[in-house]
Amino acid sequence: MRRLWPERRLNRYTAAPLALISINLLLLVTFFVWPAVTGLLYSFTSYTGIGTAPYVGMDNYQRLLQDDAFYAALVRTLVFTAGVVPLTLVLSLSTAVLLVTNYTKGKSVARIIFFLPWLISPIIAGVIWRWMFGENFGLVNYIITSLGGSEVPWQSNANLSMLVVIVAAAWGGTAFNMLLFVAALKNVPTAYYEAASLDGAGGWAKFRHITLPAIAPTTFIVVLLSVLGSMKEYALIQAINGGGPGTANNLLVQYIYTKGFQRAQIGYASAASFVLMLILMVIALVQLALNRRKDS
Amino acid sequence: MAATASSTGDLPKKIWATALMWLMVAVYGVPVLWFLLSSFKPAGELFSYPLTIFPKNPTIKGFTQAWTSFDVAQYFVNTLIVAVSATVLTIVASAACGYALAKYTNWWIKAFAVCILATTMLPGEVILAPLFLVVRDLGMYNSLAAVVVPSVITATGTFMFRQFFLTVPNDLLEAARIDGAGELQTLWRIMLPLSRPIMLTLAIFSFQWRWNDYIWPLVVLNDPSKYTLQIGVATIVGAENVNWSVLLGASVLSMIPLVALYLVFQKYVMSADIGAGLKD
Repeated sequence: MRRLWPERRLNRYTAAPLALISINLLLLVTFFVWPAVTGLLYSFTSYTGIGTAPYVGMDNYQRLLQDDAFYAALVRTLVFTAGVVPLTLVLSLSTAVLLVTNYTKGKSVARIIFFLPWLISPIIAGVIWRWMFGENFGLVNYIITSLGGSEVPWQSNANLSMLVVIVAAAWGGTAFNMLLFVAALKNVPTAYYEAASLDGAGGWAKFRHITLPAIAPTTFIVVLLSVLGSMKEYALIQAINGGGPGTANNLLVQYIYTKGFQRAQIGYASAASFVLMLILMVIALVQLALNRRKDS
Repeated sequence: MAATASSTGDLPKKIWATALMWLMVAVYGVPVLWFLLSSFKPAGELFSYPLTIFPKNPTIKGFTQAWTSFDVAQYFVNTLIVAVSATVLTIVASAACGYALAKYTNWWIKAFAVCILATTMLPGEVILAPLFLVVRDLGMYNSLAAVVVPSVITATGTFMFRQFFLTVPNDLLEAARIDGAGELQTLWRIMLPLSRPIMLTLAIFSFQWRWNDYIWPLVVLNDPSKYTLQIGVATIVGAENVNWSVLLGASVLSMIPLVALYLVFQKYVMSADIGAGLKD
């Protein structure tokens, strides 16, 4: 009874909420609905951005699925994601644990340093790591050669330059996820740990059987966001090596950007965009399904 | 007594954990520190072996050269305009919409909430080409407005405000109504002042998003005098022969505002009650 009354009263107001959502409503229609619909339509045309948009049916999609460069970009993006996500997960969870546990000293300074990469843009982060891993001027190769090793081709070897990008991306992606983990870790009831201690559980056992299950929802969010974020990476790799050497490390967004804006194949780029969106949705749905099954 | 007993027994653990934490601090801090120290080296010293940690002849020439002859000053102003106006507009739009989503129960409000959430599945990168055409057809191409306006709507900001206003008791709203306050007046006079912490948190996040944006400004800005810092720095990186002295100077300069902002408003970032969608 108590709930019904205010709800019925609130329902009488229409003009005010409409005015309140008007800005977002206008923006949603203009910058999401409109481009999504026209993008889908363009993906069936050979539109170049000017003049008419001749209908070509499924041609763009067929060409896309036969394009080796597209598959190369897709595979490279998946390799990148498979490298970054586990690394980011481990790093952000361990930094978060170190910031929450009672065993560490100097947390306030450590927290600022751990968080610093969040403030640094992907472009600048790319420049920083390019500077560290320069082939004949970088600090890393200088140390390696000083210790008697030979220069490592961080820029001219495709796999090594991918490794640099993965390390840089994990470095840059840690801070935000660490913040999520810190909040989750602080919410684990201390009574659980006390009970486990009475039962004689060690630190690792407590972490595995209490902490990890308790923060599982956050872990899920971190993995999902990191996967979706990595699949869309562009700026960081642009600053580190421009997707090079050559086109060896071109990722999907770079492929779309090159087709759409450097070659003005708007129709084709739109088709590629929708394939990317489909991939992102499938990934999100698969992860949701896996998460559900684990819960039940 | 129990506490002292356990703390002496924990000493080795404390040493290990603290050592590990500081090792991680080094991993995260050294790249930035090396970058900072290098930016004070004169151009000739950057590549001369053996490398030294500290600059032998510290100079700020990289900074001054970047600032004056590489238009970093102009990029700075442009980025500031974009970040500040986008942040103000984002807060206004998100606060108003979040309040509506939290305090009104019309069916279309609920449907709209789902639509806003759906935008997270359609990030800018995915609709890059058609979004560009929309902006071009609206006559905004090559203007800073093209960078600002589409970024004003964010699911994250809207839902941050919605979650906050859900925690504000409805009684407060009812009392204001009984006193004869209009709906918008209530929001302006009572609700917005209450939501100050959320406004500050979203302000910092929004400022960071826009300050660090790269691909969208790159797509809609054509004229170098309109470039933002990230595009400007990327242009220096993309040059045939990278001018590292200028690049280091420009990069360090571009980091200063965010670092300063963070140090001032640290607690609003670190204590932010961040929900699922918080990553734009």
